Amino acid sequence: MNGWLDIARRTARLMVGLPDYDAYLRHMAVHHPDRPAMNRTEFFRDRQEARYGGKNGGRCC
Amino acid sequence: MTRHIPWILTAILGAVALAVVAVSRGEAVNALWIVVAAVSCFLVAYRCYALYIARHVMRLDPSRPTPAIRRADGLDYVATDKTVLFGHHFAAIAGAGPLVGPVLAAQMGYLPGTLWIIFGVVLAGAVQDFMVLFISMRRDGKSLGELIRMEMGQVAGTIALFGAFMIMVIILAVLALIVVKALAESPWGMFTVAATVPLAMAMGAYTRWIRPGRIGEVSILGLIGLLAAIVYGQAIAESPVWGPAFTFTPVQLCWILIGYGAVASVLPVWLLLAPRDYLSTFLKIGAIAALAIGIVIMAPPLKMHAVTQFVGGNGPVWSGGLFPFLFITIACGAVSGFHALISSGTTPKLIASEGHAPMIGYGAMLMEAFVAIMALVGASILDPGIYFTMNSPAALIGTDAASASAAVTAMGFPISPDLIAQTAKDVGEHTIISRAGGAPTLAVAMAEIFSHVVGGPAMKAFWYHFAILFEALFILTAVDAGTRAGRFMLQDLIALAVPSFKETKSHVPGIVATGLCVAAWGFFLYQGVTDPLGGVNTLWPVFGISNQMLAAIALMLGTAVLFRMKRDRFAWVTMVPAAWLLICTLSAGWLKLFSADAKVGFLAHAAKFSAAADAGEVLSPAKSMAEMQRIIFNDRVDAALVALFLAVVLSLLFFTVKTCLAARRIAAPTAREIPSQLVPAE
Repeated sequence: MNGWLDIARRTARLMVGLPDYDAYLRHMAVHHPDRPAMNRTEFFRDRQEARYGGKNGGRCC
Repeated sequence: MTRHIPWILTAILGAVALAVVAVSRGEAVNALWIVVAAVSCFLVAYRCYALYIARHVMRLDPSRPTPAIRRADGLDYVATDKTVLFGHHFAAIAGAGPLVGPVLAAQMGYLPGTLWIIFGVVLAGAVQDFMVLFISMRRDGKSLGELIRMEMGQVAGTIALFGAFMIMVIILAVLALIVVKALAESPWGMFTVAATVPLAMAMGAYTRWIRPGRIGEVSILGLIGLLAAIVYGQAIAESPVWGPAFTFTPVQLCWILIGYGAVASVLPVWLLLAPRDYLSTFLKIGAIAALAIGIVIMAPPLKMHAVTQFVGGNGPVWSGGLFPFLFITIACGAVSGFHALISSGTTPKLIASEGHAPMIGYGAMLMEAFVAIMALVGASILDPGIYFTMNSPAALIGTDAASASAAVTAMGFPISPDLIAQTAKDVGEHTIISRAGGAPTLAVAMAEIFSHVVGGPAMKAFWYHFAILFEALFILTAVDAGTRAGRFMLQDLIALAVPSFKETKSHVPGIVATGLCVAAWGFFLYQGVTDPLGGVNTLWPVFGISNQMLAAIALMLGTAVLFRMKRDRFAWVTMVPAAWLLICTLSAGWLKLFSADAKVGFLAHAAKFSAAADAGEVLSPAKSMAEMQRIIFNDRVDAALVALFLAVVLSLLFFTVKTCLAARRIAAPTAREIPSQLVPAE
């Protein structure tokens, strides 16, 4: 049940363009341990700008 | 063998249900038969055709690293769970289109629309989405314009980019027109939609400073605000002071929307666009799910005829015969070219394995077709008299209940003036006459279905305004996001001639491009709003033609890629739907240009009006010589636009044929996939 809830939560967040923060941290830890990772708030703002900045084609009809 | 039995049974069930829908005459068919037919056909198509395409045509290789693996960066390129990505992709492709097109198409009866949605999506729409996802996935998630440039050359890519921009303009104008039609003279609806602006700004401030990133939390707070706005809207509408303050004519609303589009698209995204997108996305998914559950619980009988007399043309909602105009009226839901931009957008950068592509590319589009089927069911459970009262232009049926009732009854759909007045009263509107555009009709249907499940007749007005709000909300989000996207497309295009225009540090190019983009869709919106025939009549076919042409372009790209991969013998998978779309759109475009019937052809209409103007006559529905001149001018602009779309699609057809012939002369594959070893993981 918890698994389903988690999937639903992640789906809802990705629907509005917010990828998984933990996956980002894992990626940074494995590939760029030397670079500082964004904190949760910075990550959220960065993704918000990336989704709505306009380059992504926007919504469908 | 035993593993095939469930699929064979599903296929039989689908065939039986389709037969019931197609053959029943005289007695009312239950809407569930359409739902069952669609769902069984989709399941079987997914199990058989999508798998065939995956295995034999594309030869997907689950072991081949996708862009999300090779270029993983934790931000844009993230290997994502299949279910999560399905939700993301579906939310991105499903918009107002699949809800509106089928409602308009219901004027020919429910049968033609149902068949086109089912067969169109299985053989064309889902194939297109899947194919573009496949092509983009093998090329680092590049966008449609870049893919066309890579496979068919620079010129073809630029033409396609230009075509996509024009299509964007038309889509924005049509969507904005639907909002105007839904909110005009409706203080309750206007208030609730206007309330979303300060509400979204409060949400934006909350996610910016108070609790950054708490999307779930802020969405729940926003939803409570929305429901309060709907409830409170009734009091506003009835108030002698506020009621008139929120009552706008279509022309006033048109200017409000143009101003809104210009301002909203330059505001910081966190302030208005992002928070309203949360609301509209979740509300959209929730409303679609609720509609599906509601239809199953209510199991309503279909009141619309299976086939009406309007299949031959001369319908009041839109002009033209079944072929080719049905196939461009239902675009989204059966096949939508705009999806090619989404399938080559964020999704290919997030897909974790090539093995997930059938479910996401093909499956999500089947889901959208299901939404279209529900919209068609919604329009068809209404009394046909109500349907035609709501969707016929005032020029045909007048503006009061008595004239509308007489005119619609004369069409062969008996309805009393009392029922018209009562329906308007039930949903809390002043009038339901000539509320074209699809959204109000669907809202009445949703109110019917939802109030059957929750609240009874007393809740009808609440549910109606809930449905209007849900449609207006995501259309406004699309207008705002689309204006931003259109601005960047335009900047890229102008930069081809004036390279400094791409400069993003200076504000001037951005403001100029935004202004041009708003002016472009604003022009068509104003034209639609002031069109005496109701606007939807004129603009929706142009939108349908442009959207289906983009689909044809995407399928032609698919064909060129298959030829270049030396898989010629499987190329029919994209060639057949591409050919069908070319036949439909070219003949529809041709008729829109050159049909001698002034109701269909723009040029014939212009000729008729200019002949009258020369003779000093004022033809109805124009009321003055100035209006005559405007109608003539609009007709010529629309004709030029359709001619432009024809030129775009024909030139891409030329490039496709050239590319395919060149590929056939070379023995080895020439498709320019990006091999996995070329791009190291970041």
